Amino acid sequence: MVVVGHGPAGHRLVEALRARDAAGTCRVTVLGEETRAAYDRVALTSYLTEDADLALPEHDEAVRVVAGDPVTGIDLAARTVTTASGLVVEYDALVLATGSAPFVPPVPGKDLPGVFVYRTIDDLDALREHCTNLTLSRPGAGGVVVGGGLLGLEAARAVQGLGVETHVVEVAPWLMPRQLDEGGGAMLRRHVEALGMNVHAGTPMERLEAGEDGAVASVALAGGASLDAGVVVFSAGVRPRDELARGCGLQVGERGGIVVDEACRTSDPAVFAIGECALVDGQVYGLVAPCFSMAEVVADQLLAAASDTDCTARFEGADLSTKLKLMGVDVASFGDPFRADGLDVTYTDPVAGIYKRLVVSDDARTLLGGVLVGDASGYPALRAQVGTRLPGSPEQVLFGGTEAAGGDLPGATVICSCNNVSAEAIRSGIRAESLTEVAQVKACTRAGTTCGSCVPLVKRILDAELTAAGVEVSRALCEHFEHSRAELFDIVRVTGITTFTRLIAEHGRGRGCDICKPVVASILASLGNGHILDGEQAALQDTNDHHLANLQKNGTYSVVPRIPGGEITPERLIVIGEVARDFGLYTKITGGQRIDLFGARVEQLPLIWRRLVDAGFESGHAYGKALRTVKSCVGSTWCRYGVQDSVGMAIALELRYRGLRAPHKIKAAVSGCARECAEAQAKDFGVIATEGGWNLYVGGNGGMRPRHADLFATDLSDEELIRYVDRFLMFYIRTADRLQRTASWLESLDGGLDYLREVVVEDRLGIAGELDAAMARHVGSYSDEWADTLADPERMRRFVSFVNAPDVPDPSIAFETERDQIRPVLVAGAELEVAGR
Amino acid sequence: MTVLRDVETLPGVSGWHRVCRLTDLLPERGAAALVAGVQVALFRTFEGGLHAVGNLDPFSGAQVMSRGLLGCRGGVPVVASPMFKHVFDLRTGESLSEPGPGLPVFAVRVQDDMVEVSLEPASQPASSSADTADRAGTVASGER
Ligand SMILES: Cc1cc2nc3c(=O)[nH]c(=O)nc-3n(C[C@H](O)[C@H](O)[C@H](O)COP(=O)(O)OP(=O)(O)OC[C@H]3O[C@@H](n4cnc5c(N)ncnc54)[C@H](O)[C@@H]3O)c2cc1C
Ligand code: SF4
Ligand code: FES
Repeated sequence: MVVVGHGPAGHRLVEALRARDAAGTCRVTVLGEETRAAYDRVALTSYLTEDADLALPEHDEAVRVVAGDPVTGIDLAARTVTTASGLVVEYDALVLATGSAPFVPPVPGKDLPGVFVYRTIDDLDALREHCTNLTLSRPGAGGVVVGGGLLGLEAARAVQGLGVETHVVEVAPWLMPRQLDEGGGAMLRRHVEALGMNVHAGTPMERLEAGEDGAVASVALAGGASLDAGVVVFSAGVRPRDELARGCGLQVGERGGIVVDEACRTSDPAVFAIGECALVDGQVYGLVAPCFSMAEVVADQLLAAASDTDCTARFEGADLSTKLKLMGVDVASFGDPFRADGLDVTYTDPVAGIYKRLVVSDDARTLLGGVLVGDASGYPALRAQVGTRLPGSPEQVLFGGTEAAGGDLPGATVICSCNNVSAEAIRSGIRAESLTEVAQVKACTRAGTTCGSCVPLVKRILDAELTAAGVEVSRALCEHFEHSRAELFDIVRVTGITTFTRLIAEHGRGRGCDICKPVVASILASLGNGHILDGEQAALQDTNDHHLANLQKNGTYSVVPRIPGGEITPERLIVIGEVARDFGLYTKITGGQRIDLFGARVEQLPLIWRRLVDAGFESGHAYGKALRTVKSCVGSTWCRYGVQDSVGMAIALELRYRGLRAPHKIKAAVSGCARECAEAQAKDFGVIATEGGWNLYVGGNGGMRPRHADLFATDLSDEELIRYVDRFLMFYIRTADRLQRTASWLESLDGGLDYLREVVVEDRLGIAGELDAAMARHVGSYSDEWADTLADPERMRRFVSFVNAPDVPDPSIAFETERDQIRPVLVAGAELEVAGR
Repeated sequence: MTVLRDVETLPGVSGWHRVCRLTDLLPERGAAALVAGVQVALFRTFEGGLHAVGNLDPFSGAQVMSRGLLGCRGGVPVVASPMFKHVFDLRTGESLSEPGPGLPVFAVRVQDDMVEVSLEPASQPASSSADTADRAGTVASGER
């Protein structure tokens, strides 16, 4: 058997054959045009943005793969194929899997240097090289991507990532015209523009113009406008590669494509065609899932023929649902969103940038299709429900799309359409192999391994199975919110909600509790939504945050002024000493290189802060789920071994991140050389000086479950270090669970350290800009919470002992003396302490 | 030093005690009050309900209940101690998180915009808070 073309379709065919043909009855030769063996074209962009390795698994030795040698002719009578190098190969069965080629419209200038298509790794290599040169020789140069469809937008984002000011030119009046209606297209445009790309829709292109060096320099649009274009990428659709078939007399479609029947057989029974080059039932498929299905069908056909049995495997059309792979922009279409006989249910939220449309049957019972822009979280579930009876009214489905499905999906529902895996297959895999992790389910069932969009649904099925098996998986924060902290964070971020009242009214139930209130308060604070003691937020804070001090066992508080990097002048040290003496506070040096003052009564707190603030101190946030300290060793300034100024860096970091609210406290340290006197590897982030700069470690922890931090990056400049720490912290804040330290967050992060690196360093999710901006907002809006409170009479109201006797100190607070300092005496006695934990 | 004993044994504490203006209480937060030598934790909820319970956290022995967070558990208005997060029913004082001592509950009312507390043990919560209990669960629209 001979396969022409080693793309995803050809590869899947060979895989399926080998898996089902243990006896090795089929001898397989694969002839490929590209110089490398098959790779994952769907993930092509990640090759550019994160240097991803796209290679698909190699076939076993029984398969002969010839790469870089295109087939040039087929002799149907002799049953041979001939390659460019002159190789002639005989076949009993021939499979054409030649895919498609990008369509380049016949505009003047289309062959100029600097004009590219976006289909193969070679295309991307050439594109990258050109853009690198371009941005060096002409910083700020523009680039044009022709085509505003799925691939065009993906390509545009990639071109932008190469440092080029990017324009998307689309002939149709709106973006993604094949998937979206006008409303969806308009909403998408806003999202794309928000990412910093320029959109020119409804404007055909007239010609490409060369600059002095002979390479493309601008693009002229209809109507006279001209765009700066040092690089042009065509992504205006594809055409099936049917030239071989045409040349040997196989039947091809009027508008291209090799005509095949439902068994994928061409007009010559010994020849099959699969994948994007095939025309089945008048249709060419441009998505990978149908290509895979065709490959499976042909594998069955070939094996049946080899053993002389009948085969009923047929290709029965395919699910055309798609999701745009562009982080930061959620777009998905599923089923048939253009069904004329259906009813429309549309929802638009211009503020949040959300557009959703469902098409249902005219009795509003069956889901036919739809589009989602701005929030595609419901996509996996909705897609799986196409053609089935709706579980509720269309509005309920539109809004509860994510909740509606999961454990109760019918077994036959296809969950992963890329790999044609049903809910039942996933369930039985989980049961048979006792799987507990999504990664295991992916490996075992193949679901989720291609485009990844079904992974949330796979996860939900897994959760449902585990729950049924008695394993606790609820991610609900508390009885008031079904969501995890990370989900709530996203809700607040996307909706811009600024109050707990609105959040719980719209996304929760009841009136909250001591669990969800502080979480929401922290989220609001992380997103920079005002002072933690302002208005309604004040009511959400637990007592430590409420009183900006740490509650101790007898109801008094401790006060910790910030001492950045542990560096302090004698004058300030004296002030602390005087304050402690004047208020009779117990004084202790902390592990974070600062000084803790214990035994302050509520009404004393403002008086103590007044003294400290006047001497130039500010809050050390010892009370908050926030950055605590950045500890440092003395570093190169004094130490004989030091190679960098660790104190200076620690101070800079502490001042940058002070006051940053997070799911849990954050500790950090900077050591001036590899001797590591600051114990940076036991911190949430640790920095160790090297000859060449700084090594960054993340995810360390002391405490109950000590964990050594992981080395994240080496020899960073000051700027790189700060950029990575910025993103690391913001990503943690966005995605961690309630009270989850970075150590356990990192351990639970799908993809672990490598994934974190991809997100932070290579911007795999395309959110680095948002993370940077969020941190910039934090740094820009920081102010000292103690000083703010002192300046605000309204906030000062809570610092009284008794509402009806503000001058009477709490009579239950009593001290005795031990080692010359105070120590609390509990009135209620020791037996009560035992009852506490 | 004042040692809290059973309220009944304290002399001269019967009747209503004026404590503060209603507006002195921050919505959805607590405040401590000293009523005839007894520490009382007063709470005013978003919906305007009022509750008065003992300020002593029986699990930790510290007078801190007034600094706990308000909330609801299955529709029951509760306060969580800031010390070890034990949760108490604001209407009955019962400890909900683990069996153990509860909080004394005091009658509380508003007269002429002034909050008044009675130290005689109230088996039933004050009427305004019963009202709250009914409404808990429907919650807090943004209007207030
Ligand atoms: C950037 C990008 C993103 C995409 N994203 C998605 C997505 O998110 N979801 C999705 O479903 N699909 C996506 N696709 C489409 C998906 O990649 C294709 O559907 C899939 O690659 C088709 O597989 P194929 O094997 O039929 O064809 P191809 O992948 O085109 O492979 C055909 C191979 O045959 C070779 N060949 C052609 N002629 C000859 C010859 N004469 N002799 C020898 N070899 C020959 C070609 O060089 C090529 O290597 C994307 C495509 C691109 C380019
Ligand atoms: S870590 Fe290095 S520079 Fe810092 S104190 Fe220790 S030996 Fe000196
Ligand atoms: S649907 Fe694409 S990987 Fe499952």
